[in-house]
Amino acid sequence: MKTMQSGQTIFDKGATGRFAAAQQGPSSDMGALDIPPDQLRGEPPALPQVSELEAVRHYTNLSRLNFAIDTQFYPLGSCTMKYNPRGAHHAASLPGFLNRHPLAPEAVSQGFLSCLYELQEFLKVATGMAAVSLTPMAGAQGEFAGVAMIRAYHDAAGDTGRREIIVPTAAHGTNPATATMCGYAVREVAVGDDGDVDMAALKAAVGEQTAGVMLTNPSTCGVFERRILEIAATVHDAGGLLYYDGANLNAILGKVRPGDMGFDVLHLNLHKTFATPHGGGGPGSGPVAVNERLLPFLPVPYVAKRGERFHWLTEADCPQTIGRLSAFMGNAGILLRALAYAKMLGREGITAVGELATLNANYLMARLAEAGFQLAYPERRASHEFIVTLRTEAKSWGVTAMDFAKRLLDYGFHAPTTYFPLLVPECFLIEPTETESKEELDAFVDAMASIRAEAESDPELVKTAPHNLPVGRLDDVRAARELDLRHTAG
Amino acid sequence: MDATASGVPAGVESGELPLGAFLPHTPADVRAMLRVIGADDIDQLFDEIDPSLKRKTEDFAALADGVDEMTMLADMTARAKRDETGPCFLGAGCCDHHVPAAVWDIATRGEFMTAYTPYQAEASQGTLQVIYEFQSMMTALTGMEVSNASVYDGGSALGESVLMAVRARRRRVARDASETARIAVAASCHPLYRRAAANIVGNQGIEFDEIPLGADGRTDMEALAKLPAPVAIVVQQPNFFGVLEPVDEITNWGRDNDVLVIAVTNPLSLAVLKPPGAWGDAGADIVCGDGQPLGIPMASGGPSFGFICTRQQHVRQLPGRIVGRTVDGEGNSGFTLTLQAREQHIRRGKATSNICTNQGLLVTAATIHMAMLGAEGLRRAAAECCANTRELVRTLTAIDGVQARFDAPFFHECVVDVGRDAQGVAEDLAADGIVAGLPLGPFYPHLPRSANCLLVCATEKRTGEEIAAFGPALTKALGR
Repeated sequence: MKTMQSGQTIFDKGATGRFAAAQQGPSSDMGALDIPPDQLRGEPPALPQVSELEAVRHYTNLSRLNFAIDTQFYPLGSCTMKYNPRGAHHAASLPGFLNRHPLAPEAVSQGFLSCLYELQEFLKVATGMAAVSLTPMAGAQGEFAGVAMIRAYHDAAGDTGRREIIVPTAAHGTNPATATMCGYAVREVAVGDDGDVDMAALKAAVGEQTAGVMLTNPSTCGVFERRILEIAATVHDAGGLLYYDGANLNAILGKVRPGDMGFDVLHLNLHKTFATPHGGGGPGSGPVAVNERLLPFLPVPYVAKRGERFHWLTEADCPQTIGRLSAFMGNAGILLRALAYAKMLGREGITAVGELATLNANYLMARLAEAGFQLAYPERRASHEFIVTLRTEAKSWGVTAMDFAKRLLDYGFHAPTTYFPLLVPECFLIEPTETESKEELDAFVDAMASIRAEAESDPELVKTAPHNLPVGRLDDVRAARELDLRHTAG
Repeated sequence: MDATASGVPAGVESGELPLGAFLPHTPADVRAMLRVIGADDIDQLFDEIDPSLKRKTEDFAALADGVDEMTMLADMTARAKRDETGPCFLGAGCCDHHVPAAVWDIATRGEFMTAYTPYQAEASQGTLQVIYEFQSMMTALTGMEVSNASVYDGGSALGESVLMAVRARRRRVARDASETARIAVAASCHPLYRRAAANIVGNQGIEFDEIPLGADGRTDMEALAKLPAPVAIVVQQPNFFGVLEPVDEITNWGRDNDVLVIAVTNPLSLAVLKPPGAWGDAGADIVCGDGQPLGIPMASGGPSFGFICTRQQHVRQLPGRIVGRTVDGEGNSGFTLTLQAREQHIRRGKATSNICTNQGLLVTAATIHMAMLGAEGLRRAAAECCANTRELVRTLTAIDGVQARFDAPFFHECVVDVGRDAQGVAEDLAADGIVAGLPLGPFYPHLPRSANCLLVCATEKRTGEEIAAFGPALTKALGR
């Protein structure tokens, strides 16, 4: 594979004057239009000059340098890399959906609006919440919407002294970053040795300055937060609200609902739990769901039904809304994929997801423990994911979690999430998802065991991995010090 | 699901696990896996959860039974068909452009579509190189030095650009972070971008002042001078009404008053219009916008992508992913995420933004689109849009009582005053299969005669016949 690209970019291909002419009609003369000359561009932009075939070949070849769910087991913890059904992709790609303008009149939008309404209703039931807005464009924007609603709620009550959001030390980085974007100070509380939030620390942290607490449950430690009801009571008694980060909802889908655990507001990651593709880093979709007391603050637009007719709710209908967070209504195409998946799942399907995702994780955890790997929380059940710590391997043979990760790539497996959560040294956060077969999980265990043997017998082999990929281990320090962020001529 | 005595969910034993969950498990698999775990049944794996929290049948009673792919697709197809319309003359930040078939055929290859964020660089060179090429193309189009790997959309790109400007300025003059930062935003900038941006930055001590609109549909420079001193100024080119702004004058005003200039642009227009990097004597400082015109279908407004480009000196203020070129141990060229110390997964509460997932697949499509069209293809598409919109405006203003609202040069959109309630006219035309344009009234209630105005656009996809037919259709609607 190493010879396939040899560092050539699209700019290195083609020839002056070449372009995919078949895709564009006659050449209009801008000079014949009434645009003042001082508004016009002098030189044309330095874009590639290639034929259609050159472009197709170049990008097809680039695609082959990627690991993806469609090509490899991809057990990235807290990312839920499950199969992305092609049927859902087809549904969202129907001409009536692709060609609909975002501001088209409601009279010619009833098909699309009915889809959004149905998804809102499905997610309400699945999460046990009172209302849903689908507009946030990714998990982090859903978090932003959720925390902005918490702030709007306290502000509306005249309770403006609440300046802090509490997050556990194991939280995703987006949680504290979101709290900051909403103008809050962040206070972290410790996680105990059993993976649960340290209740004493939480009780000491909450007070009249607490706006809310952000939690992921199951947590990023890969375990279910057992004292969740006590946590909810503690936060609510202090006058704060409880936020659910839906990153790990796949573990409990159809088994336990955030609304029943006492959460006031949550976001879902449809690109995780609802099987929409991750696209090499998006698009995602992060709908928010709320209980009754936060309902007036939901971001707009969302869909209501009057008789048989669907219509938008906007700023004019929702005077207390936190407003819109994007120009239109969010990542519509992702919402359609999620609806298609939800319809195929149905009432029993959602429970099967939670159950078999949990079965796969617990099986993989048991097999890896059997193979000699050290679990971060050996006395706990896995949720849909779990943590292995390679601290012994690192200490004994100098082979780190990063080395293991790179060597796994050589074996044809994408690496699990590494070095997260930060509180477990040399860790792998491993999430197999429900769509992987037992054979695939067994093969992964074999690879891990084989790398462990290599780490003992030939540590250099592992420390210098990967060996079978298009490039070897890349120099990140040089990338940051000698910034090369774009192609330049010559 | 109920568990049977064997510990296998009922559906597994009967071979009827819900199909829509895409599960590979056979009954023998489940039994073998439970045996390794040492559990009697799947439900036992949830034994750390308080029993009062567990699923009750009534919780999910409102959900329908799952359906197979064929049934799902039939249902979705029927709904999509309900929304099929005739020609679209609506723009307002989302236009009906032709996208070469190859663009999405390649972009939706599983290797691109089903990969994650490229954290493992060696296994993600495809995605990483595409982003590097994207950054190269966007800087070429905008005339700027650096680009990020996208944010969500044009509206959120404006919000993030404002935050960037405030960070850059607060750092330089070491102002007290609690002091309110004022941003002067042109009234002619997309009203939905302005709303989204204001909501995104609203809790960080930032306030927007509106620069009024002149009678000709351009920003009123005299009014700008009277506003409270801003940290940055936001101007859109072409503006929301399609009108071309005096960008050189505005940019020079920014430089003379030590105010950062944030340009909101349509990237397709940059194939023919002066790039923001060349505005005035010094160029704009931050350039943002929505990438929809670069190969992204309208699709109800999303997913599309937002872009942000800037000067090298502000690179550490950029939000989101950035890809850099580097080498491996043998000196082979390769690509990796870089400057990650700006980002939430490293910097947590002190990150430049909370953004994590961005709009990677759309960036992939846009990169392929730009590569295929090149500068000449984009120029032709832009020029055809301009020519078609002029043809449309001629057709519509030939009708008695219909006139162009502003007397200023425009790009590929134009405001037309139809002489009566534009909302009603648009609804009548929709009933006849024409998506006529955007009624301006709700967006500009204080603009004289806005209730009678439609913002229209004819892209390169609109045929002469479609444009010609809009005239009689409008005459008919006006006669009602």
